[in-house]
Amino acid sequence: MTLLSIVMANKLIISLSPHIHSGDSVQKNMYGVLIALIPALLVSFFAFGLGALIVTLTSVAACLFFEWAITKYILKREQTTIMDGSAALTGVLLAFNLPSNLPVWIIIIGALVAIGVGKMTFGGLGCNPFNPALIGRVFLLISFPVQMTSWPQAGQWGAYLDAETGATPLALMKQAIKTGDASVLSDLPSSLSLLIGIPDSCQMGAGCLGEISAGALLLGLIYMLWKKIISWHIPVSILATVFVFSGLMHLANPVYASPIQQLFTGGLMLGAIFMATDYVTSPMSHKGMIIYGIAIGFLTVVIRTFGAYPEGMSFAILIMNAFTPLINTYCKPKRYGEVLKK
Amino acid sequence: MKTFKIGGVHPAENKLSAGKAIETLALPRQAVFPLSQHIGAPATPLVKKGDTVKAGTKIAEAGGFVSAPIYSSVSGKVNKIDTVIDASGYRKPAIYIDVEGDEWEESIDRSTTLIKECDLTPEEIVARIKEAGIVGMGGACFPTHVKLTPPPGCKAECIIVNAVECEPYLTADHRLMLEKPDEILVGVSILMKAAKVNRAYIAIENNKPDAIRLLSDKAANYPGIEVVPLKVKYPQGGEKQLIDAVISRQVPAPPALPINVGAIVQNVGTVYAVYEAVQKHKPLFERIVTVTGKSLKNPSNFLTRMGTPMSQLIEAAGGLPEDTGKVIGGGPMMGKALMNTDVPICKGSSGVLLMNEKEAKRTAPQPCIRCAKCVSVCPMGLEPYLLATSSARGDWERVEHEMIMSCIECGSCQFTCPSHRPILDNIRLGKGKVGAIIRARNTKK
Repeated sequence: MTLLSIVMANKLIISLSPHIHSGDSVQKNMYGVLIALIPALLVSFFAFGLGALIVTLTSVAACLFFEWAITKYILKREQTTIMDGSAALTGVLLAFNLPSNLPVWIIIIGALVAIGVGKMTFGGLGCNPFNPALIGRVFLLISFPVQMTSWPQAGQWGAYLDAETGATPLALMKQAIKTGDASVLSDLPSSLSLLIGIPDSCQMGAGCLGEISAGALLLGLIYMLWKKIISWHIPVSILATVFVFSGLMHLANPVYASPIQQLFTGGLMLGAIFMATDYVTSPMSHKGMIIYGIAIGFLTVVIRTFGAYPEGMSFAILIMNAFTPLINTYCKPKRYGEVLKK
Repeated sequence: MKTFKIGGVHPAENKLSAGKAIETLALPRQAVFPLSQHIGAPATPLVKKGDTVKAGTKIAEAGGFVSAPIYSSVSGKVNKIDTVIDASGYRKPAIYIDVEGDEWEESIDRSTTLIKECDLTPEEIVARIKEAGIVGMGGACFPTHVKLTPPPGCKAECIIVNAVECEPYLTADHRLMLEKPDEILVGVSILMKAAKVNRAYIAIENNKPDAIRLLSDKAANYPGIEVVPLKVKYPQGGEKQLIDAVISRQVPAPPALPINVGAIVQNVGTVYAVYEAVQKHKPLFERIVTVTGKSLKNPSNFLTRMGTPMSQLIEAAGGLPEDTGKVIGGGPMMGKALMNTDVPICKGSSGVLLMNEKEAKRTAPQPCIRCAKCVSVCPMGLEPYLLATSSARGDWERVEHEMIMSCIECGSCQFTCPSHRPILDNIRLGKGKVGAIIRARNTKK
C-alpha cells in the first residue's frame, strides 16, 4: 500500500452505486406545485379581493402551525418538517376549496382537521391514505353546511364576511336536473368567462377560491407537466372521462349540462389537476393512474347529477384514495419482457 | 430515433475526456493479476514464484467452460502468488509480477497494419477467442466464447455491438471508435462469421455524432453491418435495453438469455479485442481506461496494461485532487466505490472516476412521498419503492413474487428519487436473500 493510499483510505467514502443523483427533492416538487398554483391564486385575489387574501393566509399559517406543533409536541420529533413545503401546499389547497367569506375560526378548524387528522395521525408526509386538504374541506362541508355553501359573487374587492352571495353554476345545473327545465342552463356564464374566471353575469356566485378560473388551473397543469412534477395520466383521464360521460348524458337529455360546462365549473379542474394528482394518495403505476382517473371522473359526474350535493369532485377523489392500495396491488407496471412471455 | 421502451433517465453526461486522444500509459513497476477477472470459475495459475514471463505469456488457465485464461501484460519475474483487494472490495487470489523491460511473445503481431482477411472457420475463431481470454469488456466480464456458443435449440440472428457508453463520464469506447474504426469493423465481421449470422448492428448513442458518422461511412465497405444511432438515455447499454432499442425485442425473464431472441450483444471494446486476438494473435492484456473527474487536472483516456494499479493512472492524469471524496471503478451509475487506489486494472475496468467530497456525500433520506417516479424510470418495469420497502422489512416471499430478481441494478430509481432514499441498497439486500433462497430450493429438488 502506498503512503498516499493509506492516507486516503481513512477518508474515502464507500457506498453502493449509483453515485450521482438527479438533484430532485421533495422540496422542489412541493414548491413546484405551489408555483403552478400562482396563476389560480392571482385570479382568486383579483376576483375576491380581501376575502381571498384572508382565507389563503389563514389557511397556510394554520397548516404550518399545526404541522410544527404536532411534530414537536405530540410526535416529539427533533426535526421540523414545515420547510418541506407540503404543509404550505395543503394550506393553499385547503383555501382553494373554501368560499372567500368563511370566518377565520372555521378555517382554523379546517386546517387542524386537514393536518392533524388527515396527515399527522398517520405519521406525517408520505403516510396519509387520504388527501389532507380534502379531508379538511369535507369535514367543514359536513359540519358547517351553511357557511360552506354560501358563495360570494366575484368582483367585490374590499368584502370579506359581508360579501354578497349568489347561486353557483353548479347549483343552476342541479336545478335544471331537478326541475327538468333545460332553459335554466342558459343562465350559466359563457364557457369563455368560466375559462378566464370572470363571470359575465354579476349575480352569479363564483364558487370556491381556487375553482373560478379553469384557464389559470390549466396553466398550472402545463407548468407541472413541463417540469415533470406530475405525469399526464391522472388529469387527462379524469378530464376525458368527464367530457365523454357528461357528453353522452347531454346528448341523451339536454337537461344535463354540456360537457364543456361540466369541465369548466366547480372544483373539477382544481380536483383533476391538483387534488387527485397528490403523490401520496394516488396510484403508482401508469395503468393504475388511468383507472383511478377514470373512476374519479365517472363518480364526479354521477354525484353531480344524481347525488345530494351539487359538487362531487372531493367525494370522488376521497373514495378513490381509499381504493389506491387495492389498485396498487392489482395494477402492476408493464414489465420488461412481459409481451413475450405469453 | 430508436431507444428502449420502458423507463430510463438522463443523467448529466459529463464526458470530460471525450476530446482526449488515447495515450499509452507507462509500464507499472509491478503488475497484479487477480485470478477472477470474469464471471465463472477463477483461473488456475500456471506460473510459480521466480518464473520469467513475457507480455502475452499465459499465466493462468481457464477454470472451466465459463471462465477465461489470464495473460501477463508485462515481462518480468513472478514475485508471488498472494491476494489483492480488487474492485469488488473483496480479497481475491492474484499473481504479482515484477516488471523488467518490455519483451513480448514472438507470436504477437505488433504492427499496426490492418488485416482484413480471415480464413478461419467459425469454430476456429471461437477457439481463438476462448484461448485469448476475452471477456465482456463493458464491465460484466462474461466470457465471450460462451456467448458465441449458443445452447442447443437457439439460433443467433444478429450481432449487436454495444457502443452506447451510456454511463456518464466514460469515454473509452468513444475514443476507441474514433481511433480504431476499421479494426472494429473487421472485428464485427469476424464475430458475424463466428456466430454464423449475416447481420450486425453497431449501436451508438446520439451524443457521439463523430463516431456515428465515421463508422457509418466506413461500414459501407463491410456487408451486413449497420450503424444504429440511438437517443441518449440511461441504461441503454444494459443488454436487455439495448436489444429492445435496436431490434425491438424483449428478452423474457431469466433463465432466458439474449440468444433466445436471436441476439448476441458484444461491447465495442470486446470487438476490438477479438480483432487483435484473431488477426494479430494478441491475447487480452491491454485495454482503454478513462480516468476522469471534475476536480482532476487532466481527464484522459489511457491504453493501459492489465494489472496496473489505478493510482498510476490517477498520477498520469494530474494526481489525486486534494478534495477527493470517492474513487469509483467504472462509471457513476453502476461503478464500485474503491477502498484505496491500489486496485489493479482488470479486463472489465472501463474507467476510474474521482468525485470530490461534495459530490461524494449522499443527502439524508426523507420519507417516501409515493411520487411514483421510481416506477416510471425503472427500465425493467418493476416497482422499486415496493421492492425496497418489502426488502427492508424482510418480506422475501413478496419481493420474489414482485420479480426482484429481474432488477438489473442500474440505479435509475435511486438516482431519480426526490426523497433521496437508498432504494437500490435495499433492493440489493433483497436480491441477495432471494437469490440464496432460490438456490437452496433448486438444490433440494
